[in-house]
Amino acid sequence: MENIVKNETRRDFLKVSGTVAGGLALGFYLPSGPRVAQADGGGGYASPNAWVRIGLDNVVTIMVARSEMGQDVYTSMPMLVAEELEVDINKINVEFAPPAEVYINALLGGQLTGGSTSVRDAWEKLRKAGASARMMLIAAAADQWGVAADSCKASDGVVTGPGGKRATYGSLAAKAAQMEVPKDVPLKPASQFKIVGNVRQKRLDTAAKVRGTAQFGIDTMIPGMAYAAVIMPPMIGGKVSSYDDTRAKNFPGVKAVVQYSRGIAVVAEDYWTAKKAVATLDVRWDAGKMANVDQRSIWKGLEDASQQPGAVFREHGDADAGLAAAAKTVTSEYRLPFVSHSPMEPQNTTADVRADKAVIITPTQFQQLIPHVVAGATGLKPEQVEVQTTFLGGGFGRRVEVDYAIDAAEISKAAGMPVKMIWSREDDMTHDSYRPAGIFKFTAGLDSAGKLSAFRFHSTSPSISSRLFPSIVKDGIDPFAVEGIDNFPYVADGGMRFTYQMHDTGVTVGYWRAVSHNLNAVALESFIDELATAAGKDPIQYRIDMLDMGSTKHQWSGLSAGVPVGARMKRALEQVREKSNWGKKLPAGRGQGVAVMEGYNTVIAMVVEVTVSANYDVQIDKITSVVDAGTLIHPDQALAQMQSCINFGQSACMWGEITVKDGAVQQNNFDTYRVARINEAPKELNIHFIKSDSVPGGLGEPGTAVVQPAIANAIFAASGKRPRTLPYTPENIKAG
Amino acid sequence: MKIAFQVNGKRTSVDVAPDTPLLWVLRDTLGMTGTKFGCGKALCGACTVHLNGMAVRSCQTQIGSVAGQQVTTIEGLGGDHRVQRAWMALDVPQCGYCQPGQMMSASALLAMNKNPSDQDIDAFMSGNICRCGTYPRIRAAIKAAAKMS
Repeated sequence: MENIVKNETRRDFLKVSGTVAGGLALGFYLPSGPRVAQADGGGGYASPNAWVRIGLDNVVTIMVARSEMGQDVYTSMPMLVAEELEVDINKINVEFAPPAEVYINALLGGQLTGGSTSVRDAWEKLRKAGASARMMLIAAAADQWGVAADSCKASDGVVTGPGGKRATYGSLAAKAAQMEVPKDVPLKPASQFKIVGNVRQKRLDTAAKVRGTAQFGIDTMIPGMAYAAVIMPPMIGGKVSSYDDTRAKNFPGVKAVVQYSRGIAVVAEDYWTAKKAVATLDVRWDAGKMANVDQRSIWKGLEDASQQPGAVFREHGDADAGLAAAAKTVTSEYRLPFVSHSPMEPQNTTADVRADKAVIITPTQFQQLIPHVVAGATGLKPEQVEVQTTFLGGGFGRRVEVDYAIDAAEISKAAGMPVKMIWSREDDMTHDSYRPAGIFKFTAGLDSAGKLSAFRFHSTSPSISSRLFPSIVKDGIDPFAVEGIDNFPYVADGGMRFTYQMHDTGVTVGYWRAVSHNLNAVALESFIDELATAAGKDPIQYRIDMLDMGSTKHQWSGLSAGVPVGARMKRALEQVREKSNWGKKLPAGRGQGVAVMEGYNTVIAMVVEVTVSANYDVQIDKITSVVDAGTLIHPDQALAQMQSCINFGQSACMWGEITVKDGAVQQNNFDTYRVARINEAPKELNIHFIKSDSVPGGLGEPGTAVVQPAIANAIFAASGKRPRTLPYTPENIKAG
Repeated sequence: MKIAFQVNGKRTSVDVAPDTPLLWVLRDTLGMTGTKFGCGKALCGACTVHLNGMAVRSCQTQIGSVAGQQVTTIEGLGGDHRVQRAWMALDVPQCGYCQPGQMMSASALLAMNKNPSDQDIDAFMSGNICRCGTYPRIRAAIKAAAKMS
């Protein structure tokens, strides 16, 4: 395992080792974490393991080691522990875990929330943690009573034994923490679940979120804290050249004006004062290498790069020969723009950097990285940096980045006081790490019956991992750039070849909910619809007939199922056909579109119904979806995640577009960057989950991608126009 | 300059610049962080509070204009307001950040319109952005709240 070092270039702060093999091994070094399996010494609680803390007052606390950003880890993960621990899930406390080795997400190789992995990683691990703790409590009781452990039973926070013996978990906790950790931990069969799968289970964080008491990062207050507002270079990668802070310094209430790595901060008694004083700064920028970059040059660069052959990431047979032998070929090109995360809570961090220690309180998806980057920025050692994770006001991948935590630490250090740095919406939108733009080229060969016989795919887009996790980029392939098509689910016996051409546009790109599924699968499922049209076939039946029902394993499917999904896709498509009343008669201007995808080991088939006006304005009338996500831990919130993904995907494909002029992002608030509002939400939303006892699939992301081509295909059905450039604005539809 | 007004029924006085947005007075001066900052331009509704019973965006409401008036925030909704009960019954929040603003808008809507239609809800609530996509549940929760006493 290699240590993380901070390199001179601020964004290249990771030095990681790893491979993609059923997961990503990023190989992080961790500072010595808290001691986790012990009594607290003061006698208040005892911990049989890192996930469970039992108060001597019988209050059970379950640690959540993932970040709660809406996706329900605050409830779904404790449900897994509580199921085996035998406690009332509605009476427990929940605490966010600090960074520690024991909390590493095995699917990602770091203590990181992303990739729709939280529940998948936790599924066995957390039930075992609960069961192990229960067994230790029973062992403690049995030992105390001088009876055999198997004559005792645990239920609702109490161990009972022969002859009416009874002891609460609290009374056993200290002794239990000293018992041997069981090696063999059998788990309940699904038929005995009381908590997992409970359709009536409520979220444990709703009350606080409804009363306004949930603590988000921006709500942090610590003693002696001042507020920081910032100004950063408008141009991507720009720098401060010089500045005049005379007015800002003399502004009443201002405590300090400091320069930090990428901008200037005004630190004041309150945020509004800081904000007003920032506006008085006179800053000259060094625009850097992006000074002359605009939309034209970005797309010219992508076009030129797309002429390169790229690196092959999947191949079968001879695609060129297959295409040459085809009865008919269809060629198409799709273009997707940069889009922004724009979570509702703008980026912020509260930092208290002292000579020998720092406290960082922040809404982050990647708490494990923060001690290292803050150490790099302040000269402290990682083990001197304490990180506290708050609730996140949305994440969507933006908070995998730790840039704003570094900024706050630098500002606190320079100002010599604890600060809460808050970005404006404008700071946030213009300093995002954007979902990559790209060009996606397809050529398909069809046989005389219209069936797919050969397939060629070539994508050109920036690589996210090249900046964040360079060691997982190998031979020109970023595994996060090929997802959503590396698991191509259709048969093309005459040959297929998939290539990826990396191209850096200079625009900072980042992991955005469902990452490249939003590129590859969006383009692919639109193109498959084109083939159905070319073949004169029904789009659902056409897909079903072409599904690969064989046993092909995919090379790059790190976060995907990596196993054949043909049968699951077939079932989902058949069910969505029936439930959506597919093919029903619709008035002119209305249409249905379908898409199907596997991502994060979840299969989703979706039918969207839209109305397209004469001016190519689109209204989403109805969405019907069939989802195979394996076992559902918290069914109502599985549904919520599908509702969420649909909304997020809708915003991106209908309006999402970040553009660049003179090296600067042009959209800076919700007036210029449009997102879905309640009046634009689908009028009807029917989500059906396939009953399954398979391992859980991820649900935080995949729906985001599927909804987009389903909308495009519905637009085609309604208007005869097929948008191949996103977003689906009237202009882009009209050009289709 | 001292500015006196009522917050959640309590007389309050603050000494801040009169151009300070009510949002930052609530959050920084009074330490009431239930009201959220989202956009600073009245585009997203996260900062919605009631001013004399009407929904306003506190990021665009200068404290100087609030003198002598009554402000209600999410903290003042009481926790048992029918909108809050409906929000809990339907588990509306996901990340939860926009929800105080959503509930302040919804409670203002229901105060004017006892039985809002889908169109009424869409029209009134379209100023409140939710990036998590809780819109279907917000619609359902407003209807559920309308039926509660």
